[in-house]
Amino acid sequence: MDAIKYLDPSVQFILFSVLKIVFVFGVTMTAVAYAVLVERKISAWIQDRPGPNRTAPFFVQFIPVLGPWLTRLGIFQPMADGLKFILKEDFTPSYVRTIYFWIAPAIACVPALLTMAVIPFGSQIGGEKMVIADLNVGILYTFGIVSLGVYGIVLAGYASNSKYPFLGSIRSSAQMISYELAMGMSVVPIFMLVGDLNLSSVIGYQADHGWNILKQPVSFIIFLIAAFAETNRLPFDLPESETELVGGYHTEYSSMKFALFFLGEYAAMIAASAMMVTLFLGGWTLPGLSDPASSLLGGLLHILIFGAKMGVFMVIFIWVRWMLPRFRYDQLMDLGWRRFIPLALANILVTALVVAFTNK
Amino acid sequence: MSTKVVDRSPLTFYESTYLPALLGGLKVTTRHAWNTLVKGKTVTMEYPEQKWVVPEGYRGAPYLVKDQEGATKCVSCQLCEFVCPPKAIRITPPGPNGQKADRTNAEKMPQEFEINMLRCIFCGLCQEVCPEEAIFLQKDYSLTGESRAEMIYNKEKLLKLGGTHAGIQKWKHKLEEAKEQEVFPVATE
Repeated sequence: MDAIKYLDPSVQFILFSVLKIVFVFGVTMTAVAYAVLVERKISAWIQDRPGPNRTAPFFVQFIPVLGPWLTRLGIFQPMADGLKFILKEDFTPSYVRTIYFWIAPAIACVPALLTMAVIPFGSQIGGEKMVIADLNVGILYTFGIVSLGVYGIVLAGYASNSKYPFLGSIRSSAQMISYELAMGMSVVPIFMLVGDLNLSSVIGYQADHGWNILKQPVSFIIFLIAAFAETNRLPFDLPESETELVGGYHTEYSSMKFALFFLGEYAAMIAASAMMVTLFLGGWTLPGLSDPASSLLGGLLHILIFGAKMGVFMVIFIWVRWMLPRFRYDQLMDLGWRRFIPLALANILVTALVVAFTNK
Repeated sequence: MSTKVVDRSPLTFYESTYLPALLGGLKVTTRHAWNTLVKGKTVTMEYPEQKWVVPEGYRGAPYLVKDQEGATKCVSCQLCEFVCPPKAIRITPPGPNGQKADRTNAEKMPQEFEINMLRCIFCGLCQEVCPEEAIFLQKDYSLTGESRAEMIYNKEKLLKLGGTHAGIQKWKHKLEEAKEQEVFPVATE
């Protein structure tokens, strides 16, 4: 390990960044695969079913007790699903606009992954901060990137040249634009309190002054609901609404292209969970564990804490899907424009007044 | 037709926060998840391990049956072959010099009796038309094979699967009646 210290600082930077990117990408992809499994399992339990409980590679049956138990939990299902997506026929209908049809899945998937770059997923390991890019404009970057996600969906709808994807993508663009406003406004009070746009300092502030969810519950609720809308999850899944629009914007897609949309949706969920943990739940800190770690074990513990908090949000995302019926289009717009935006504005005003009169 | 006017009164303030809907949804989903996870109550039947009880009178696969003495009941009359709508049954009769029936009261039995289970529609006409009660739709519903040839069941297989059917003993009673008629003079009270 000492050899690393004598390397040129720029080489060190590249080395550590690549390592962190590989780690975050790997963890996110695994989390996406298992989020799908968790989604299927939870939906099954809520619907009185056992859920995926058969898939297993052949050698698992020879493991005594543990093998059948893991199979019953469906631990091996994501591997089979991934393999299936890769091996399926990639069918491109004759009437699509080919170039956009090919680009759209990538555009839908990439922004969600890019968002992960500014999330501080842990304190530090060996003096190296556990965030890929410690940007001073972290939150602006996030909002900038997240709003690109809508292009993937709009392009998919346009390129498919078919009515259901088209309707889905139109709904999606309207929905995402309206909720992005509320989402952006809901975090303004946080930064009024923190006084910095850097996400690491948001966590630092929360370590000193208590979690933001306690100070800004209204912000949190608006952000949470806007996150549901931004990630196209029920009760706001109007872009895909299976019962009305077949599959929405990805009706014409198959195989790995469809998988990319799927992956993008779940990666966006993970990114939104990470954002909420960072902004409102103190990131990797826990009361009593809020100092940056000095040992390797402490660093790993902080990453685990962050992961656990994210997991809670993922379960909430998934559970809510089976809890509520879909909103009607006009109800959705009404909720976005006439409830949340005024509420977020009022919240900004109240926070500004409190901050101004108390001088923090 | 009586019509029912659905109450569409505007939401109260509490309802318009969507909180009651949220809580109701939470309650229902938690109850179901609890019942599934903790009490193990699922509506799913995990098929190969658990199987449903086949009700009486179910029309499953048609098999040939043996009589109470283990002899072939079929007399190769070919009525079932003629009546079979999808032409799934094929009978090869023994011919004039063929094998004799292995029971009394019958002249012959089929040399070969094949049912193509891929064609069979489980309609039950063969059972209905059979004068000897030799073929019955039984309870098997899941017939699988690795080739088409395997799905053509021959006489041996059909008899083995069909088992013994001792319920209606038509020829035994006929024989008893015939024997009684041999007693002369007829017993009087």
